[in-house]
Amino acid sequence: MNVFDIYLLEALINGVLLGGVLALLSLGLNLIFGVIDVVWICYAELIMLGMYGMYFLYTVYHAPIWVAGVVCIVSVAVLGVLLHILVIAPLLGAAPINQLLATGGVLFFLQSAATVLFGIEFKNLGLRLPVLKVAGMFVSYSRLLAFVAALIGMVLVYLWLTRTYTGTAIRAIAQDRQIMPLMGVDSRRIYIVTSALGGGLAGLAACLLVLQYDVHPFVGLTFGPITFLICVLGSLGNFVGGFVAAFVFAEIISVGGLYLDLEWGYVFAFAFFIVMMFVRPEGLMARRS
Amino acid sequence: MLELRSVCAGYGSFQALFDVSLDVKAGEAVAVIGPNGAGKTTLMRAISGLIRPKSGSIRLEGRDLATTPSHRIVELGIAHVPESRRLFPRMTVEDNLRMGGFVPSARSKFRQQLDTVYELFPRLRERQRQLAGSMSGGEQQMCAIGRALMSAPRLLLLDEPSAGLAPVLVEQVFDLVKRIRAGGLTVLIVEQNVQQVLHVVDRAYLLKAGSIRAGGSAAELLATDTIREAYLGV
Repeated sequence: MNVFDIYLLEALINGVLLGGVLALLSLGLNLIFGVIDVVWICYAELIMLGMYGMYFLYTVYHAPIWVAGVVCIVSVAVLGVLLHILVIAPLLGAAPINQLLATGGVLFFLQSAATVLFGIEFKNLGLRLPVLKVAGMFVSYSRLLAFVAALIGMVLVYLWLTRTYTGTAIRAIAQDRQIMPLMGVDSRRIYIVTSALGGGLAGLAACLLVLQYDVHPFVGLTFGPITFLICVLGSLGNFVGGFVAAFVFAEIISVGGLYLDLEWGYVFAFAFFIVMMFVRPEGLMARRS
Repeated sequence: MLELRSVCAGYGSFQALFDVSLDVKAGEAVAVIGPNGAGKTTLMRAISGLIRPKSGSIRLEGRDLATTPSHRIVELGIAHVPESRRLFPRMTVEDNLRMGGFVPSARSKFRQQLDTVYELFPRLRERQRQLAGSMSGGEQQMCAIGRALMSAPRLLLLDEPSAGLAPVLVEQVFDLVKRIRAGGLTVLIVEQNVQQVLHVVDRAYLLKAGSIRAGGSAAELLATDTIREAYLGV
């Protein structure tokens, strides 16, 4: 194999690894949108808080890493429920633009609050995971771990959505909201469960991202816009579409970044998104209705 | 069993039902007939709690439905097959049926109810893994009725079950209503296919412009000109 092929293969593999994490991010946002019909613009800020949680628990208070992870996932799930009860539920009947503005307000509120509470310094876990060398290629252990954990998380969510009554109701409510009372389903309860699940996924993402990125009050801006665009590209609310779009985006970033700088990968990905909005404004996996 | 007294209901400032009173006794099949826009669907939605009456009372065996949260009404024994079926199109037949048996009281009987429904509709058993939205209109109607039966109801509300079906399927639907009745289920059915529905029910009410204009046994209504007059507005 010549050197260039190895670099390309390495970029493809890193793209797959990145895709897994992006798919996890988009799943949470898609769940919320599909079920509650509201976009949590502040989704990545929940992740930011989760990353701070990991930093304080593990680095400052020296909790075992798995304890920190579990506490982080549960806490962000609780934050998701609080977000729903305090901000979303009172606005369920309001115009979509008002809901967007409200969650956008929460985004800036959380950013500012984090700046006040934690300062603007970059913090990290101080945990250095090794880099694996496989067949002449370098694969970061933390990325591999994030990919595997994201995949396990998604499989668990999939099993839960397809095997349980509550999970089935979550899929059903995304298809026909109005008749849920005829099935004996209390939509408000389903919304709370979904918010907890969306928050829990954000918490899991926080645990995985904090292994690769420093945390600071504006770190949400690194993941927020791209998660939102992936969901739109895969057709908002479509779980499978979001999954596919995450890998498409990740490969463009990773392979595009190979030929120039990594930043160019993002430029290509966002340019691709804009072109796609002209070609298929309804998203990759739009359903004909 | 079911008792409506002076029910007024509507959407926002639009009133669709005016002082509607009707009764359904246990074991009976009762039809509500009337032209388009008479308020038939509104009546069904008020009974199953999808909309709240502005005034009047709706009681099931003495229990006030107007103050019962809508998602609790299924547990009391009412299942509603809504207008135009409203299946979950991107879920399998079996998942649709599972949703019909969502209430806690039905979950323990899931297998048993599923067998009952599949016995009634062998076609659904063949299609259990198929997406509901990909089936024909007749099969979807079977699935919608099957979904309602999954909660093991005592009162079944059928809203225009024959709408949009080919004539041969319409006949099958009415045949089915007969078979469901034979199992002891009480049925309240809303229909525009007046002649056919009157042959499968005991009694019927004529609803027009939001109020009950006539009522009586199916035989009486078939024999008189009330129906024709009502539809033609003579």
